[in-house]
Amino acid sequence: MNIPEFLTVFPKMGKVDYLAFKKAIDGAFRQFSRAYGDSIESFFDPVLYFLVNLEKLLQNTPWPIVIMVFLLLIYYGSRSIYLTVGSLAAFLFIAYFGMWQDTMSTVSIIGVCTLLAIGLGIPIGILMSGSDRVRSAVVPILDIMQTMPSFVYLIPVVMLLGIGKIPGLLAIIIYAIPPMIRLTDLGIREVDKEVLEAADAFGANRIQKLFRVQLPLALPTIFAGINQTIMMALAMVVIASMIGVRGLGQPVLKAISNQYLTMGLLNGFAIVVLAVIFDRVSQSFGKRLQQHRAGSRE
Amino acid sequence: MNKIKIKIENLYKIFGPKAKNFIQVVRDGTDKDELLAKHNHVLGLDNINLDIYDQSIQVVMGLSGSGKSTLIRHINRLIEPTEGVVLVDNQDVTQFDKNELLDFRRTRTGMVFQRFGLFPHQNIIENVKLGLSIKGVDKSESNETAMYWIDKVGLNGFEFKFPNQLSGGMQQRVGLARALATDPDILLMDEAFSALDPLIRSDMQDQLLDLQKNLKKTIVFITHDLDEALKLGDSIAILNGGKLVQNGKPEDIILNPADDYVAKFVQDVNRAKVLKVKSIMNTNNQLNDAPKINMNDSIESCLPTILETRAALSIVDDDNNIIGSISDKEVASILRSN
Repeated sequence: MNIPEFLTVFPKMGKVDYLAFKKAIDGAFRQFSRAYGDSIESFFDPVLYFLVNLEKLLQNTPWPIVIMVFLLLIYYGSRSIYLTVGSLAAFLFIAYFGMWQDTMSTVSIIGVCTLLAIGLGIPIGILMSGSDRVRSAVVPILDIMQTMPSFVYLIPVVMLLGIGKIPGLLAIIIYAIPPMIRLTDLGIREVDKEVLEAADAFGANRIQKLFRVQLPLALPTIFAGINQTIMMALAMVVIASMIGVRGLGQPVLKAISNQYLTMGLLNGFAIVVLAVIFDRVSQSFGKRLQQHRAGSRE
Repeated sequence: MNKIKIKIENLYKIFGPKAKNFIQVVRDGTDKDELLAKHNHVLGLDNINLDIYDQSIQVVMGLSGSGKSTLIRHINRLIEPTEGVVLVDNQDVTQFDKNELLDFRRTRTGMVFQRFGLFPHQNIIENVKLGLSIKGVDKSESNETAMYWIDKVGLNGFEFKFPNQLSGGMQQRVGLARALATDPDILLMDEAFSALDPLIRSDMQDQLLDLQKNLKKTIVFITHDLDEALKLGDSIAILNGGKLVQNGKPEDIILNPADDYVAKFVQDVNRAKVLKVKSIMNTNNQLNDAPKINMNDSIESCLPTILETRAALSIVDDDNNIIGSISDKEVASILRSN
């Protein structure tokens, strides 16, 4: 039996057309990045300045002071003496194996990324929760941000901004901000309708409703979002190091290409330890917020 | 009779994306079930006309889905009407702009909810202060007002507790204090006591009546419980499928139910207990030498005397003036028609 050719071979685009298509898009983007690259870069200058100085501060302050401050923050956040002592051991381990400087770099970029993700994510989540139309526009974008392989969006980011801290920061934020936005939206949408109606019935305007009812009641869910964002940002550390972000990712990268097992393990372990500390502290802080809200029955 | 405080005129509410298009269909006699089946829109309120008098307790009663909660939300416009007018002191609430509406809700109405609607993240005093702080009343003044109302509803000592540390009855006292704290002239109570167990509910009803003696608010009270309606209502309006089927004094509802629906509602009522002798007395026949009973007594309370004397009693008002009589036969016929 003779099968027609168009059934066995998909009628694909001609090679010449494809080349022209590629050229057009690449060329247009290259033009765009030539025209606007510098101004976009300078737009991020304040962030870069902040990031660089935070990193310097953490690296140049004597390590005992930094550890003390971290331990205080950890204790304040978690109220757990075990976690604080465990963290102390972890920090000493990191410093003893010579990973202190890299760890401080990683902490500073994770910190800045998390702050930016919170600062951008919460307002977007609020807008989303207020309008189904905004929501249906934003959700697919978030889906793309979370599923698109990071290497793909690294290409335009690097074309535009070159390699360095800012492109790394953007890559981390693109990957880490979706849970922040989603959980802010979810938390606000889950607020008890009758409580909201009560606020309406007493004449609360939009701002009053947002700050007195919606945000406070959504806070535990928002905190779960912050926790997720931090975890995802840490997961991006190695990929970000490929475009020149300093920190624990770079030794890991070096270890991969040279098959340095011990070096890879140690630095990987340091990332895990940071993740565990961030996770436990932010989780127990979030839980405490919830407990306060619920009050304790005597 | 007091003046009319709230006047609801030709109020329609249809839920659905093309509500306006179906007003005429409803006017032509389509009922709730038919509108849902044919046009996929829900009929909330069907041509409601209701006058609520100043300083009275107006009960709105009906089964679930009858539109009673929808109706009360039109008074402070938590729900926008599809068509119709809601006048409060001759001002049309439906025409208020955004700021007028906020101001109206802040100063003129207070609302109490079935499931309380308290803020779980704030303590009792903060909850009671809600209306005041939204209005921007300064802190010391609002604290003082809140404490006054917390005291009034008997929650002294609980002001720094959180809502979930309190029992249901106590939470609803907070709800009541919150509604009263802004000193509104209209109190909207949406099944306020329905979630409470019977003893507490009865306590709360007594407390409300007690407060009302001094406050003299205009209260709109939603309930599905006839006993509650009869106990609280100066007037009772009965809704069925979004239609107002009857509005009248409690004894009118019991003695002259407008249709089968109302009759079914009131058939199990203990008439002797609910009806006052004044509502069935014979004003043409005034007896001077018969035993006297007060006009506000229930029929039940005069039964022993009637059974003893087997004759008519004379009925007196609060100043002991004879205003009518009631005979054993009349009582018997009222009780028989149960």
